[in-house]
Amino acid sequence: MSNSLTQLASEIATGAVRVVDLTHTLDPDFPVIILPPEFGQCARFRMEEISAYDHRGPGWKWHNLSLSEHTGTHFDAPSHWISGRDVPKGDVDEIDVETFVGPVVVIDCAQGAAENDDFELTPAIITEWESRHGQIPPDTWVLMRTDWSKRSGAAYLNMREDGPHSPGPTPEAMRFLIDERNIRGFGTETVGTDAGQGAHYMPPYPAHYYLHGAGRFGLQCLRGLDALPPTGAVLLAAPLKIKGGTGSPLRVLALIPGEET
Amino acid sequence: MTDPLTPAPKKNPLVRTPSPTQPPALRSRAALGLTAAAATGRFALQTCAECGAVQYPPRDACSQCLGPDLPWQDISPTGTLLAETTVRTSVNPYFRERMPWRVGSVQLDAGPVVICHVHGDVATRSRVLLKLMLDRAGQGVILALPPERTAHMADDPELRAMSSDPHLRRILLTDSRHPFAPDIAQALLQAGAAAVFAGEPEGWLPNPNRDALGALGVDIMPLDVTDTRSVQSLAGELGGKTDILVNTARHLRPGGALARGGTGVARDEMDVNYLGLMRLAQAFGPAMCSRTADGTNSAVAWVNLLPVHALMNSADFGSYNASQAAALALSQSLRAEFATSGLRVMNLFSGPLEEDWYQPLPPPKVTGKALARAIVSGLQGGLEDVFCGDVAQDLAERLRQNPKVAELELRQEGNA
Repeated sequence: MSNSLTQLASEIATGAVRVVDLTHTLDPDFPVIILPPEFGQCARFRMEEISAYDHRGPGWKWHNLSLSEHTGTHFDAPSHWISGRDVPKGDVDEIDVETFVGPVVVIDCAQGAAENDDFELTPAIITEWESRHGQIPPDTWVLMRTDWSKRSGAAYLNMREDGPHSPGPTPEAMRFLIDERNIRGFGTETVGTDAGQGAHYMPPYPAHYYLHGAGRFGLQCLRGLDALPPTGAVLLAAPLKIKGGTGSPLRVLALIPGEET
Repeated sequence: MTDPLTPAPKKNPLVRTPSPTQPPALRSRAALGLTAAAATGRFALQTCAECGAVQYPPRDACSQCLGPDLPWQDISPTGTLLAETTVRTSVNPYFRERMPWRVGSVQLDAGPVVICHVHGDVATRSRVLLKLMLDRAGQGVILALPPERTAHMADDPELRAMSSDPHLRRILLTDSRHPFAPDIAQALLQAGAAAVFAGEPEGWLPNPNRDALGALGVDIMPLDVTDTRSVQSLAGELGGKTDILVNTARHLRPGGALARGGTGVARDEMDVNYLGLMRLAQAFGPAMCSRTADGTNSAVAWVNLLPVHALMNSADFGSYNASQAAALALSQSLRAEFATSGLRVMNLFSGPLEEDWYQPLPPPKVTGKALARAIVSGLQGGLEDVFCGDVAQDLAERLRQNPKVAELELRQEGNA
């Protein structure tokens, strides 16, 4: 048994298995989700020096951080959404650690998202993808590649008078992934698992609503999904162990096959 | 005729920037009444409650009847110049650097003769208008002005030394998203500002003022007062070119403690309104303090925009006002910390503004143009405290009369 782990370590060392970082840098300027101003807002990432080899602490430098559970590349637990508030083990500190490591498939929607800011992931697109790559196995992470993470600044939220515009799944796609494919979780390169205009679906924010209501997980603000193969990669996504936490910033990594040597 | 000021030439990098010096700063407790009046732009002198004599200089007893009750009362700021001279040498470093300096004596219409600074356009033995102004030591002194406006009057070296005039100065508005930022920028530019810069937090969000400010020629720079590194970065770039800083950053939401539920919004308010001011002061303060003697476009003033209810809270915006009360307290500390440089902290207090967050409140409300005018005139007058609009002036007056009654009235209004 430990033989395969030894082999994995050696294949990472030789480059036969590559480790890919799917995480944005925590940066004060990185966008967060914006709600109407009368609602509570997601804290931006902030870092204050405690000392920097100076009179506040001569030999050491360190910082205090402040941020939301949902700042930067982050994990959504079931308790994040009202539909998942009664799900057993719905907080980040309760989730079984086995679920933090597992298989991942990537549905490439980059071309569609390039042509349409409000591009929708539909059941038809998923089944078409399956016709080429095989049916999505149960208990798998499904990531929606849009190359949205290559955007920055105002183009990322893409905020207009009628709200943000970014791609995401339709309610039917989420129902299909959960009911028909029993996925472990769903991840995106945009600021949320839902489309920018996701408030206008029924139910509003269908990815959040259905995923978390079914006890599944979300990942958002991922980057570099173009480095992943459609199938065959392993995702490592372990949130911080926050008591009662509804989500967590985290380092998301993927193991992918390396170049053949 | 005052010689008009000309824009400062580009700085010679080989020449040392002069250190700030100060006119004599010590005053008796009685004489601080002059400073208190000057700070708010009033012309007030001690008036004996017993015999009615107007007295100058301030003392602890009436010079006519020895009465001890000497309330400060606004009196007519008019008089006649009796004698004047031009001082050409002094042992005081501040005045040595500014010679020649005109002084004189003025017979006030209200009675006493005062010794005062004299504007260059005042003719000998003529009528004068007197202004109590703060000098660079932050103390009240009297300046005699011509009764009518003269050409380039504000450019007179004595008046310029006391005012915080935006003319030919470079001004930073810390948040271009303030609903009144375009009005403020426009008024400052009309008052002759050499340049206006405006900070923009979160450039990844639309900025409704971007086009209006751009059309005025305002440079928009990244600045988020909740991000220490961002404040430090802009101070590194502009700290040595900021002559007047107007802190337009604020986080404003309605509600007191109970309406809120939790401390998240209050924390945001403290982060912007209180800690934001502290971050700005730590990053921009030292550079500005070091440039208060740097010629025509020397650093001169720091402006805070505060709700008048920072002085006495009102529960409809109770949490916001509390955070601004903290900012007010910090501004008082900054005044003391900036004192030796002569950098003036002007607090502009206003009632509800004519903007979204005060939308359900009835008039009177302060418009952008009125607030902008108050900033410019406050700077031109070299003031420390400005009360803009009816609500602010009314509360200030009630606080002067009886602070506890003002508190009780605000409590009743909150429950009405």
